[in-house]
Amino acid sequence: MAYAPSEEPVALKILVAGGFGVGKTTLVGAISEIRPLRTEEVLSDRGVGVDDVDGVEGKTTTTVAMDFGRITIREGLVVYLFGTPGQERFWFMWDELSYGALGAVVLADTRRLTDCFPSIDYFEQRGTPFIVAVNCFDDADKHEPDDVRVALDLDPDVPVLLCDVRRRASAKVVLVTLVEHALKTLTAAQRK
Amino acid sequence: MTEPQWLDEDAGPIVRPYALTGGRTRSSGDDFDLISIVTAVEGRRADEGPLGPEQRRILAIAREPMSVADIASEIDLPLGVVRVLLGDLHDHELISVRPPAQVAPLPSERILKEVINGLRAL
Repeated sequence: MAYAPSEEPVALKILVAGGFGVGKTTLVGAISEIRPLRTEEVLSDRGVGVDDVDGVEGKTTTTVAMDFGRITIREGLVVYLFGTPGQERFWFMWDELSYGALGAVVLADTRRLTDCFPSIDYFEQRGTPFIVAVNCFDDADKHEPDDVRVALDLDPDVPVLLCDVRRRASAKVVLVTLVEHALKTLTAAQRK
Repeated sequence: MTEPQWLDEDAGPIVRPYALTGGRTRSSGDDFDLISIVTAVEGRRADEGPLGPEQRRILAIAREPMSVADIASEIDLPLGVVRVLLGDLHDHELISVRPPAQVAPLPSERILKEVINGLRAL
């Protein structure tokens, strides 16, 4: 007898990363109902030398806002999108965010390609499946995905695509590409 | 004429967030993942133990299974604070917490195919 599929609700986590102002919030908002999520992080040694606390030595917490979206695939199957805070000083949050994540979309802006290097390094090191989505800003020169792949020195199996995160249809393609890539990674791992 | 307002919402909360937790920033709820599913335990009465209004609200929200991130967004409190409150509720056995399914590395192929089709259909 076939094993009955679990009726327990399933929640999946997808991260949206990339530099400041690259369109993370827009992407999450184009495809899902975006909602605010605040974290009140306790400043610890990790902030020393990063957070300038001169004059506010009594300040022990700092508020970080995250983009948070939810897509209900069906009852009991929900995809959560989390926009990772772009600035490096919030990196301490990434480990938590990426734990158990299905995969990540790294948004890139060809005018500031270096901004997404840290995200790519991070997901490569953690072995989190990721894709690179090049957000086509109106005033940026168009680049072919392969040029971006070379510039970012990506592995050949990492999907690179152009997108316009303001458009829902484009945001959909981005997410589908990521989940397909995660599925490919999964089946490749099972074959080993 | 309306009463003069001393503070509006832009001024931020009047009560510092961790005042709600008695100043505690750590609890047994620290390990709850953002998408762990919280469910209020049926049959347990919310008036058991010294619960604050925020914790009662969490119990009301979590009558249906609800993720940690959803709860934090819903009651508009920072995650760290919500985790402390959830830790208390868990210690009092008023909620059950289920870690996300895919922690063992990835969810099943069947689920992912369903997600792909669902996204395409949006």
